[in-house]
Amino acid sequence: MFLITCPFCGEREQSEFKAGGEAHIERPKQPTELSDDEWAEYLFMRKNIKGIQFERWNHSHGCRKWFNVVRDTSNDEIKSVYKMGEKPPTI
Amino acid sequence: MSKNLRVKTSKFIDETSRVSFKFNGKTYYGFKGDTLASALLSNDVHLVGRSFKYHRPRGIMTAGSEEPSAIVQINDNTSLTEPNVRATEIEIYDGLEATSQNCWPSVNFDIGGINNFMSPLLPAGFYYKTFMWPASFWEKYEYVIRHSAGLGKSPTKPDPDIYEHKYIHCDVLVIGAGITGIMAAKTAAKNNLKTLLLDEKNEIGGSTIYQDSEHVKINDQSSSTWLENEIIELEKLDNLEIKTRTSVAAYHGYNYLLARENLTDHLSKGEKQNKVRQRLLKIRAKKVIVATGSLERPLVFNNNDRPGIMLSSAVKKYADYYGVATGQKNIFFTNNDTAYESAISLNKKGIKVESIIDIREQSNSEFTKEAENLGIKIYRSHTVVDTEGYKRINKITIMELSKDGQSFTSSKKITLDCDCLAIAGGWTPAVHLFTQSGGKLKFRDEDQVFIPNEYPSDQISIGSCNGDFEIDDIVKNTLKTLKEFLNIKKTNYDDLNIQCPKDKEIRNIWLLPSDKVLGKTKPFVDYQNDATAKDIKLALREGFRSIEHVKRYTTTGMGTDQGKLGNMHALGIIAETAGVKMGELGTTTFRPPYTPLTFGTIVGRNVGEYFDTFRRTPMNDWHIEHKAEFENVGQWKRAWYYPKNKETLHEAVQRESKAARDGAGILDASTLGKIDIQGTDASELLNRVYTNAWSKLAIGKCRYGLMLNEDGMVYDDGVTTRLDENHYIMTTTTGGAANVLGKLEDYLQTEWPELDVYLTSVTDHYATASVCGPNSKKIINKIIPDLDLSDENFPHMSFKNAKIGNVKCRVMRISFTGEHSYEINVQANFGKSLWEKCMEAGEEFNITPYGTETMHLLRAEKGFIIVGQDTDATMTPIDLQMDWIVSKKKYDFIGKRSLYRSDTMREDRKQLVGLVTDNPSEVLEEGSQIVADTNLKPVEMLGHVTSSYYSPNLNKSIALAVVRGGKNMMGQKLFIPMENKNINVTIVDPVFFDKENERLNA
Repeated sequence: MFLITCPFCGEREQSEFKAGGEAHIERPKQPTELSDDEWAEYLFMRKNIKGIQFERWNHSHGCRKWFNVVRDTSNDEIKSVYKMGEKPPTI
Repeated sequence: MSKNLRVKTSKFIDETSRVSFKFNGKTYYGFKGDTLASALLSNDVHLVGRSFKYHRPRGIMTAGSEEPSAIVQINDNTSLTEPNVRATEIEIYDGLEATSQNCWPSVNFDIGGINNFMSPLLPAGFYYKTFMWPASFWEKYEYVIRHSAGLGKSPTKPDPDIYEHKYIHCDVLVIGAGITGIMAAKTAAKNNLKTLLLDEKNEIGGSTIYQDSEHVKINDQSSSTWLENEIIELEKLDNLEIKTRTSVAAYHGYNYLLARENLTDHLSKGEKQNKVRQRLLKIRAKKVIVATGSLERPLVFNNNDRPGIMLSSAVKKYADYYGVATGQKNIFFTNNDTAYESAISLNKKGIKVESIIDIREQSNSEFTKEAENLGIKIYRSHTVVDTEGYKRINKITIMELSKDGQSFTSSKKITLDCDCLAIAGGWTPAVHLFTQSGGKLKFRDEDQVFIPNEYPSDQISIGSCNGDFEIDDIVKNTLKTLKEFLNIKKTNYDDLNIQCPKDKEIRNIWLLPSDKVLGKTKPFVDYQNDATAKDIKLALREGFRSIEHVKRYTTTGMGTDQGKLGNMHALGIIAETAGVKMGELGTTTFRPPYTPLTFGTIVGRNVGEYFDTFRRTPMNDWHIEHKAEFENVGQWKRAWYYPKNKETLHEAVQRESKAARDGAGILDASTLGKIDIQGTDASELLNRVYTNAWSKLAIGKCRYGLMLNEDGMVYDDGVTTRLDENHYIMTTTTGGAANVLGKLEDYLQTEWPELDVYLTSVTDHYATASVCGPNSKKIINKIIPDLDLSDENFPHMSFKNAKIGNVKCRVMRISFTGEHSYEINVQANFGKSLWEKCMEAGEEFNITPYGTETMHLLRAEKGFIIVGQDTDATMTPIDLQMDWIVSKKKYDFIGKRSLYRSDTMREDRKQLVGLVTDNPSEVLEEGSQIVADTNLKPVEMLGHVTSSYYSPNLNKSIALAVVRGGKNMMGQKLFIPMENKNINVTIVDPVFFDKENERLNA
C-alpha cells in the first residue's frame, strides 16, 4: 500500500483513497454534436501506461475531494499531486 | 533411558526450570529457553519426520526459521492443532505435544517409505505425466494422491485463540537484532529517531552473542562480551522499542511492512489463557534498515539428507547457545573456513570432532591452523560421495577430488564412522525482504552471492545480508552506510578496534561429483519437497529454461520453507548445466510471508460478527422482537419477512402481500439512500444527472428519476422531492447510496465546479416507515389528525411537513407498491416509536408488517424495476421500456449521447418484458434461460428471468425477464428449459396489476 499526499489533508494511506482512472479527459460540452466515433473516444478509450501516468484520485475516506496524481505505474512512485483545475506538471 | 547430550551449562538456558514435553507420545525433558529441536537433540533424538515425496527419514538440519526438514504438528486438539511448525523455532513449554508429519503408522516405521525404493519411478513431473489419462479419472487419482501427500493436518474446528492487529509508525525500523542491527538501532535512537528493532528469535544478539572464538575480538574483549554490554545500554534508550519473537512477514512498497509478533506460543497452557496469542504489526517506517543476516548453505552430494546431517552453523549454535552436543562422533564437511571455527568451538566443550573433509586444496587461516593443532584430521581436496544410516547417519565415504572438482584423482575410497555430519557450503545473504520490497539484486561472481543493488524505497541493507561476511568488514561498511543513510557525522562505534581472522577462500561446487551416475544418486537440493539435482537436470533436458518454470516443474523452493537452503544450488546447477552465467539467470521471486503465518493472525479480531461491519435501522429491535427473518442488502440488515406460526418464506410472503393490498401494510424503508441537496443550482444538477426534466417541479412535489452512466446504462433510481426553491431530498436505492453520492460529487468537483450545489448524505439521519394499502389513509389520519389528506390538498407524488405530537416529520405520498401509500420520515431516534405508533393506529385496520421479499413481489406485480436485479449495467431506459422518462427536450444529461449510439439503438437488444407461465401455478427460477427453439443445438439463449413470484393478488405465477428483441414479441410463446422439462411461457406486458393505476388514488 502506498502513501498519497492529499492536497487538502496531507499524507495518508492508499486505503483511504479511491482511484478514478486517467486524468484530464474532459466531458465534451456538446455531446450531441459528436459522431459515434468521437463520443466513443471520450467514453471508452483510456491509456494504460507502464510508466508515468496522470490519474484522478479521490480521498473517499477523508475529505472526499478529487485531485490529480502523477504516478509511475511500474513502481507506484508518486511524482506529483495537484488539485483539480490546476495545470499538469511537466514530468 | 535416553542419553543426555547437554554438555555444558549455557547462560541462555535456564537449567533451574525443567520443562516436560511429549514428542510422538513419549515424554522428554528440556529446559526453559530450549527450542523443541535443541531439547530433542539433548535427548539424542535426530529422527523428527519423514520427507514429503519419498518419505525418507529426516532430522534437524538448522537452528532457525530456514529449517526445511524438522517440521512438526503441534497439539492434537481439533481446534488448536497447528501443522508445519518448525521444531527449530518453537520454544518448549510444559505440556507441549508435538508429533511427526508425513508418516504412518509412525516415524520409525512409515509405510510411505516404499516411495523411496520406487523413486526411479517418481521423477519430476511424475504426477503430471502419469495421471493424465483418461482425463475423467483425475478425480479418482486425486483422492488417493491427496491422501498420501500433504504436510500435516489442518485444524477442523474454529481457532479459539485471540489475535489482534496493531499499527506502528516509526522513524527507523531495524529488522534483525544481530550485531549490525543492534549497532544501527542504537545509533538511530541516539540521534533522536523513534526506532523499532525486531528479531524473530526469543533473544537479541544474533550469532555474535554466543560467539566464543578467541580469534574474534572487539576492543580487546570477546565479541560476545562486548555485545552483551551494548545490549544492556540499548535497553535503556527511551525512543527505542525492541520486539523479540517477531518475524517480519512482508515488506511492501513505501516501507509498509507486516510482522508477526508471537506473544504466548512459548508459554504453558495455564499461562497462555485469555492472552492475545499473536499480533500482526502493520508498520509504516520512514526508513528501514534490513539486517537479516545470512543463511548457511548446505552441500549437495549423494544422500545428503539423513538425520544427523546438519548445517555446521547449527551444530555450533546447539553447542554454544544451547549447550547441546549434536553428536559424539562429529565430522565436518566444508568448502570454507566456517566449519573450522565450529569444529574448534565443539572441541573446546569436549565434543569430539573426528575429522574435517574440505573440498579445497588448502587454507591458511588461523582457524585451520588451530584445528590442526587440536589434532583434528583434515582431508583436503576430498568430498563426501555417499552416506549410510537409515534413521541416523553412521558412515560416510569420501574420495579425493580432481583439480577441476568434477571428478576424482583415483578410485580410492575412505569410509569414516560418524553420528553427525556438519556441512558448510558458504553463506547466502537473506535478501528475501529486500526483494519483496521491489529491490533489485546483483550477482557477485567472486563468492557467488546475490546482494542488494537498487533500493526501491528509503532503506538499506547492512551486515551479511548485504554480502559482508567478516566482522571487521561488516562493522566498517555498516558504519559508513549508516552515516550516509541517517545523515550523521559520528557514531559511538567509530573507534572500535576489531580483530578477526582474514580468510575468504571458498571453493564453490554446486553439485559435488559422485562415483555413481547421477541417476543412481540422491543429491537433495530442496529437502522439504524432495527435489534432487537429478530432477533439475531432467527439467532442463525436457526443455525447461526459465528458472521460474524449472521451479514449478520440480517444485524446488515451493515448500513452506520456500527453499531457503537450496535455491542457490538449484540456480547453480541450472547455470552449469545450461552453460549460462548464474547472474544472468536471476532468481525466483521471493514472496511474503517470509515464514508461514496462521490465518488467525491475518484476520485478527475480524472474525464472526466482526468480520464485516453492518448497519441496522432504528426499528431493528422491533423486527427482532417480532421474529423477523433478515436479509443482507449491502451492509444493511433488512427485515426480509415476518413468519407467523412457523410459516415458510413463501407462506409468509403470500400472506403479507395479500394483506398489503387488501387492508394495510407497513415497510421499514429507512435503508433507502437519502441525499440532501441544496444550493441555487440544485435543480440544474438534477437536470444534468437524471434523464427527465426537473426545473419545473413545484415546491412540495415528488418525482421519480432514473440516473444513467455516461454509457447510457441505468445506474440508479429513486424519488426526489422538492422541499424548497433550492432544497431537494433525493432517495437512492439501498445498495447504491454511497456510489450515487460519489458520482454526484465527482461531477460537481471535476466537470461542473461552477454549480452552486451542496450535497449531504442523510441516510442515517432519518427513519422511514412506508404505510400502504386501502386503509393507509385512515391510519395516517389517526396519527396526524391535523394533516389534510384529501387528494386536492395532498395528491399522489407530493410532500407535506407535519408533526406527530411534538416530533417533526416529512410525509411523502409516493408508492412503490401501486397502492395508495405514505412514507413518513422522522429523525432517526424517533424511528421505533413512529413504527409502534403506526402499528397501534393500524391495528383495527389489520396493518401487516412486510419485509423486503413482499416489497419485491408487490412492485413486480406493478412491473416496477429494481436496479441491480432487473438491470445489470447493460440496460438502457429504452431497453427497460421506460422511454417515457427520457426527456427529448433536454439538450444534455449524463448518458444521453450514448442512447443513440448504433449499438444502443439496436432493435435486438435484450429488453424487459413480462412472462406468464402456461401453468399458472408454476413459478420460474430467477436466472433461468429463455429459448425459442429447444431442439436447436447449441441452444440459442434469448435472455433470462430477472424476477419471479407467485402473485397472491392475481392468483398466478408472474415474472420479469430480459429477452432479445422482446419488445416486439408480445404474445409470443417461448420455453424455459429446465433439467427435466421445458416450461412454456408467454411474453406479456410487464405491468400485471392495476394497469390504470386506479388504486393510487383509491
